[in-house]
Amino acid sequence: MSERKPVLEMRNVDKSFGPIDVLHDINLKVHEGEVLCLLGDNGAGKSTLIKTMAGVHQPTRGEMKMDGKAVRFNRPKEAQEMGIATVHQFGGTYPLMSIGRNFFAGVEPTKGWGPFKIFDRKTANEIAVREVQNFGITRIDDGDRLVGGLSGGERQSLAIARAVYFGARVLILDEPTAALGVKQAAHVLRIVNEAKRRGLAVIFITHQVMHAMAVGDHFAVLIRGAIAADFRRGEKSREEIADLMAGGENMASLEAAIDADVQEHPAE
Amino acid sequence: MISVLLRRPAAASILSLFGVLAFYVLVGGVELDKLFNAASWLNYAARIGIVALPVGLLMISGEIDISIGAMIPAGAMTIAIISGYYGMPMVFGIAGALCVGVAVGLINGILAVRTNVPSLIITLATLVGMQGVVLASSKLLTGSASVPLTAPVWAKTLLGNLMFGGSHQVLIIWWVVFAIIFWFVLHQSRYGNWIYAMGGDKPSARNAGIPVNRMTILLFVLTSTSAAFVGICHAILFNSAQVSGGMNDIFNIIVSVVVGGVLLTGGFGSIAGVFVGTLTFAIVNKGIDFTTIDRNWSNLIIGVMLLLAVAMNESFRKVALGAIKRKPKPNAPKQA
Repeated sequence: MSERKPVLEMRNVDKSFGPIDVLHDINLKVHEGEVLCLLGDNGAGKSTLIKTMAGVHQPTRGEMKMDGKAVRFNRPKEAQEMGIATVHQFGGTYPLMSIGRNFFAGVEPTKGWGPFKIFDRKTANEIAVREVQNFGITRIDDGDRLVGGLSGGERQSLAIARAVYFGARVLILDEPTAALGVKQAAHVLRIVNEAKRRGLAVIFITHQVMHAMAVGDHFAVLIRGAIAADFRRGEKSREEIADLMAGGENMASLEAAIDADVQEHPAE
Repeated sequence: MISVLLRRPAAASILSLFGVLAFYVLVGGVELDKLFNAASWLNYAARIGIVALPVGLLMISGEIDISIGAMIPAGAMTIAIISGYYGMPMVFGIAGALCVGVAVGLINGILAVRTNVPSLIITLATLVGMQGVVLASSKLLTGSASVPLTAPVWAKTLLGNLMFGGSHQVLIIWWVVFAIIFWFVLHQSRYGNWIYAMGGDKPSARNAGIPVNRMTILLFVLTSTSAAFVGICHAILFNSAQVSGGMNDIFNIIVSVVVGGVLLTGGFGSIAGVFVGTLTFAIVNKGIDFTTIDRNWSNLIIGVMLLLAVAMNESFRKVALGAIKRKPKPNAPKQA
């Protein structure tokens, strides 16, 4: 695994907003065909970190490398052009538009000439349905259907399929499973695995340890803007990871405290 | 088949149209051939319809423009002052009035993309502001709030004159032509997709590389310029322009667009819907003269129709959203 090439690399990256330091000395490598799970509690700096990767923020210090070459993204668009795609919880899909129109929003295929170029609905629908089905969502078979009729997991899958189709090499998934039920989440995890199988570098942000364990190859735990732990699959147990995420606090002792509390004040 | 029809944004407006016609025939004793031969409602439909089309696009993109109410008299007054009061050639008057439309549209659009102020408030400000500007400059330049205008024959034929010696206005043809152009833009070209995406989720549209700000400004320019265009036509048609008037148009236009199935929060709607919605509104408003119903009831009918149409729109949209079903497809390849 470790002989794979790193696609995106962060070296000693710091990020501060004015006097407030948000990220300290971040060192991370994302390899192709690998899922990096970024774990951390709310406010740990996860979203600042991914926004820095996606070109929304620029590192205050340190450098970013893509394929071994130093890069600096001044705008999100530059990162996108290099193949870094971010998929937010429900981002990138428009509920009242058809699947085909959603898939090609902003990059519509057209036919015809001059001012009479028309949106090529048939091609758009065909490609959209094919790409989504290739990711295993076979329920979608009509590109004219509205996206609002899809489940949360299917909308995530559509957004991921879209990013992959348009040449993403690094896929940043921002809490894709947070608002989903068990079945839907499994759906999305399957899509993540499929993206990995296709050789994408996936950065998977979550605070659900179970989901991270299901797909992750490499884990990084972020606490107060610094990487508190960096380990590979199988090196730590679920409990250990949960403890790390809770800021080093022992979940077992926390549970014990809650149990004691419940016993003291039993429910009427 | 019916469910396919109901999923269209225009469904409710078509049903409203039939509902209103049935009501007028059954309760009001309308003779349909008389109604269809009449020009009054069609003229009125063209007047609000030309503005309703770009307003529909703007509302689909998630913004709203109420300054159109001031722009119809502003366009009329500009052409009347330039070509009527100062006697300059008609082309200058038309160009001047269109320029006023573009300028106000630019102000609305730029304010809408540069500030966080909702476009309702921005255009409310430009609405009131333009009313002041038009009244003050008319008084200042001509000393009166009403300016006569004599248009040359070509302008009358092109923009105002009644066709075939009847009472139908040329504006109707313009309306149909604009409707076809807007239909092409919204439903056939890629720009239509951008407009829907902007109304659906603006940040995502921006991320997808859609020039959201430029499109928004352009749409605001379109609404206020087409309102100015309607003002031009009316000044040429009636040989004069007055400062007042046009306030009713704001709500009439927005009601037409909403009856036409455009979602007030953006992201959904169609040109066919806006077109039929405008027709329906005009028939309610002007067609009542052909019924035995007292014309004072027309606003009640519009209110009821608006509520019914919106309720239908809501339920039809649910139908559209719930349209994905697992249907067994024997010929589809099964994937593991």
